[in-house]
Amino acid sequence: MTPAISIKDLYKTYDNGFEALKGISLDVAEGDFFALLGANGAGKSTTIGVLSTLVRKTSGSVQVFGKNVDTNSYETKLDLGVVPQEVNFNHFEKVFDIVVTQGGYYGLPVKLAKERAEKYLRQLGLWDKHDQQARNLSGGMKRRLLIARALVHEPRLLLLDEPTAGVDIELRRSTWEFLQEINRGGTTIILTTHYLEEAETLCRNIAMIDAGVIVENTSMKSLLRKLHQEYFLLDLREELSEAPVLDGYNCELKDPAILEVALESNQDLNDVFAKLQALNIQVKSMRNKSNRLEQLFVSLLQKPEQVA
Amino acid sequence: MHSLPLNYKLTAFKTIVWKEVRRFLRIWVQTLVPPVITISLYFVIFGNLIGSRIGEMGGVSYMQFVVPGLIMMSIVTNSYANVVSSFFSQKYQRSIEELLVSPVPNYVILAGFVIGGVSRGLAIGVIATIMSLFFSGLHMHNIVITLLVVLMSSIVFSLGGFINAIYANKFDDITIIPTFVLTPLIYLGGVFYSVDLLPDFWRLISQINPIFYMVNAFRYGILGVSDVNVVFAFMMLVLFTVTLFVFALFLLRRGKGLRH
Repeated sequence: MTPAISIKDLYKTYDNGFEALKGISLDVAEGDFFALLGANGAGKSTTIGVLSTLVRKTSGSVQVFGKNVDTNSYETKLDLGVVPQEVNFNHFEKVFDIVVTQGGYYGLPVKLAKERAEKYLRQLGLWDKHDQQARNLSGGMKRRLLIARALVHEPRLLLLDEPTAGVDIELRRSTWEFLQEINRGGTTIILTTHYLEEAETLCRNIAMIDAGVIVENTSMKSLLRKLHQEYFLLDLREELSEAPVLDGYNCELKDPAILEVALESNQDLNDVFAKLQALNIQVKSMRNKSNRLEQLFVSLLQKPEQVA
Repeated sequence: MHSLPLNYKLTAFKTIVWKEVRRFLRIWVQTLVPPVITISLYFVIFGNLIGSRIGEMGGVSYMQFVVPGLIMMSIVTNSYANVVSSFFSQKYQRSIEELLVSPVPNYVILAGFVIGGVSRGLAIGVIATIMSLFFSGLHMHNIVITLLVVLMSSIVFSLGGFINAIYANKFDDITIIPTFVLTPLIYLGGVFYSVDLLPDFWRLISQINPIFYMVNAFRYGILGVSDVNVVFAFMMLVLFTVTLFVFALFLLRRGKGLRH
């Protein structure tokens, strides 16, 4: 099957000499929900910018559904919907007008553009505000308006550049559900995000980019399998004065009643409980110390050779 | 290179124009009221009070002479102002990106903004013409020439506003050109006097001023009097239009100030 996105040896050097992309290559399959992760300035937004033509590449080739963006610019743009990192609509326009106008840019007749605008504004919980100026929306609603605007022409590929930045958790989760629904309907989605939980929850495949270079490009499952260690926090029934010594495990007392245990991928949590039981230490509850992907992200960007 | 179907382009064009018209109608207190007040003051002070002491100019009363120039001045300044402020604002708040990521061809974007500017110019032109009826009777020597000149002049200045907006990086940059270039061109373009009154050197200088041709061709359309051959004036207008259109398109294609 033709990939939704095919990027080959993409370089971008800005006018000030900053090399944002240093020869990245990437394929994203049609129908995928793909995460592009990286620290600030890693090159994520530049990649999205090149795909959406807002950034001019220095060299390399970019294809969208098998069509070269340089030679088939109009056709490839018809297939793209872009949700930018920053809110970029006219705040004095009405919510409904913003979406309908975008439909007009994609050649939708007014009647159809209005129908689509209503459909997506309803789905994103913005219909109640459709007659208000966009400046009256909350930050989270503005970001959802960006998504409605990007979907009005029903693109085959949706580019989301940090779509839930600054959005509260409740709204973020409902946005995730909406995006998963869109993706199930066949729309390919490429997502950049700072919320690693977001990528882990939504995306099937992932690329990590660091200083303009892709350091990892694989499925989410196989990436998470590369985790060597996972940290657990155990809430103890009784307080301890010092961490117990468990043979083969690293333990640290984070608090008199909270014990942190590091588990290698080949170790067994039952064994930890058995050893604690032997020392007459009762565990009340247990939780992951942090997001698993976050651990991997940090380790990949700091010491790529350890997880390769 | 493939192209979009014509109906797509037409829809996109209408969308841009309607968005521009909606914008200047929404802020009518800023866009429509001030020009009306300004033109009224010009009619009262230059036409009525001072004009009555000047007598005839170019074979007609000073009031009759000055009305076409004032109407044209309103049209071109408002066409320019509409495009420069709208395009720069969209660039500044980055809402122009919604257009740039879409498949709308550059020439459609340019045409949409220009016709938006022309719409405001014509709206002001109509209002100014109605205002002039309170001070002077409306005589129409050649309506075709009059309308053509209005249209072309408005297009030229809309294109000028577009180019100014592309180069502008801050709000100061969209006021510098109107203040230091446009205003002197208007005042030296024969709006308030016949260039026959000027010394030879300044009369020659006037001939590189686009407003000189616009005002005189428009005056010819209304009064039948002009300081310059009307055919030559039209040729100059076509030259200005084509040059500015090609240059604006070149800047858009390069993504000057728009794409990184």
